[in-house]
Amino acid sequence: MKNENAITVSELTKTFGTFTAVNAISFEVKKGEIFGFLGANGAGKTTAMKMLIGILKPSSGQATVAGFDVHTESEAIKRNIGYMSQKFALYDDLTVRENITFFGGIYGLSRKRIQEKSKQLIEDLGLGAVGKSLVGSLPLGWKQKLAFSVAMLHDPQIVFLDEPTGGVDPITRRQFWEMIYKAAHAGTTLFVTTHYMDEAEYCNRVSIMVNGKIEALDTPKNLKQHFEAATMNDVFLKLARG
Amino acid sequence: MKRFTGFVLKEFRHIFRDRRSLFILFGMPVAQIMLFGFAITNEINNVDLAILDRSKDDTTKEIINKIAASEYFSIEQFLDSESEIAPVFRKGKVKAVLYFEPDFGKKLIQPGRAKIQVVTDATDPNVASTVSNYIASILQSYQQETRRVVEPEYQVVSEVRMLYNPELKSVYMFVPGVMTVILMLVSAMMTSISITREKEQGTMEILLVSPLKPLQVILGKVFPYVFLSITNAVVIVVLSIFVFGVPVNGSLFLLALESILFIVTSLALGILISTISATQQTAMMVSLMGLMLPVILLSGFIFPISSMPLPLQLISHIVPAKWFIVIVKGIMLKGVGFAYLWKETLILAGMTLFFIGLSAKKYKIRLE
Repeated sequence: MKNENAITVSELTKTFGTFTAVNAISFEVKKGEIFGFLGANGAGKTTAMKMLIGILKPSSGQATVAGFDVHTESEAIKRNIGYMSQKFALYDDLTVRENITFFGGIYGLSRKRIQEKSKQLIEDLGLGAVGKSLVGSLPLGWKQKLAFSVAMLHDPQIVFLDEPTGGVDPITRRQFWEMIYKAAHAGTTLFVTTHYMDEAEYCNRVSIMVNGKIEALDTPKNLKQHFEAATMNDVFLKLARG
Repeated sequence: MKRFTGFVLKEFRHIFRDRRSLFILFGMPVAQIMLFGFAITNEINNVDLAILDRSKDDTTKEIINKIAASEYFSIEQFLDSESEIAPVFRKGKVKAVLYFEPDFGKKLIQPGRAKIQVVTDATDPNVASTVSNYIASILQSYQQETRRVVEPEYQVVSEVRMLYNPELKSVYMFVPGVMTVILMLVSAMMTSISITREKEQGTMEILLVSPLKPLQVILGKVFPYVFLSITNAVVIVVLSIFVFGVPVNGSLFLLALESILFIVTSLALGILISTISATQQTAMMVSLMGLMLPVILLSGFIFPISSMPLPLQLISHIVPAKWFIVIVKGIMLKGVGFAYLWKETLILAGMTLFFIGLSAKKYKIRLE
């Protein structure tokens, strides 16, 4: 692709009746970038993300994801992205291997490819001993890591992570971010929403949404300088309080 | 196609891993058909009687022997005075008391009339009226055998023939009903629960973000239940034929086709329920209240529709189960073909299309 951007968004808007959830946002995400998408609850992050992953039609504005138009090519987008939702979403009553096989299957991977992938994945995560146990019996941290790996199973260009570390202990969060770095290093673009402001510091660039608009977008370092704040948390508070 | 089979395989795993749903799927049909076939019956057997014989002559002895010999009654005790009647009923075991008046035998010869009083416990009105009918008919046959009564010169004799169920077995009536209830339960309730479970777990969102099309997701969820419902229908028909001797007088093939139509109707209802309920609990409550009650009460399964008040009769027309029961009874008991059932079939098919259309519309709205 000639385009250097994984995601381009311009004037993207979503209205529900008279309420404008996302108000003409514009931004670009570069390939291989870890892009932090921040905002308070109800600021419109989830709505914006749903439009980008092709399950919500924008009211107006343009956006391309992995080079495909969100209005007309949502099927192509779905094939080229991975998604991990804020609810832990694997099947509790299936084993680790069965979950991998199932999700590999719906992304159309060949049986051989699925076998290779699940072997490698179970090795990487150190899940060898529990490959045949039900996912429901695993600790939450492992489940989250597994869910992330499953979202990456079909080698998507872009992975969307919706508050991936909610309710996870600090050590697992740390390990989780190591996985994110590794993926970014391998060339995957990561689009992450999060509540944890310390996590925002790990991102290459961060956008902060307030009331449906993007109020700030830059590297964490520049943002802190610009708002004369010591931490991202302070930046966020200054913005959100207006 | 490969994606679809993977999906269906996953669905079967869900079903077979969950003991509760397995029990509902396979335990319920067998348990219900056995219950309705053996335990719940309108016939009476071995009802306990008490006898108060103030005459104690040969005639009363003969009558008492005849009653005791029938399989319907067993004589529990003999009373000595009227004052014992009330206490006997209060104890509850005895359901009827037969009271022979003094000099019964003599009076029967001269003046030719003798009285027996049948006192029954009408806390259960069905049993009470059946008991009194049975006793009356035993007495009648006794009279005819002994010919102690002079036949009147002319009389109207009603010869009754019970078509399609000559022995009036209640299992004949319950099999179509149980089949309807089970198919409805498995198809509608189980699918609505399994679809809402995906919503509740958040996996539905993952599926919608995947390259699977929404239609594929729904078909994948529904397909295993079509298969299981058909299995259930077969189990019910086989049990009713071989355990209860219910005949299938009509075409088995037609019965199979009509059952599949009804399964699709129920599945469409299940999908509709899943589009309006957010949680498994809601889906279950809606299925139970919105489907099971009408199926049991308003479909003609237990209570005849013709004796309902008009508003309820009208409501019963929109209960799909009502039409299916008519179809199943028609095929199994009357042995009629499609020529007699096209109207019911058409109504069911119309309802199915309506439910599918409605849920497709609702599903789209949710996605937008």
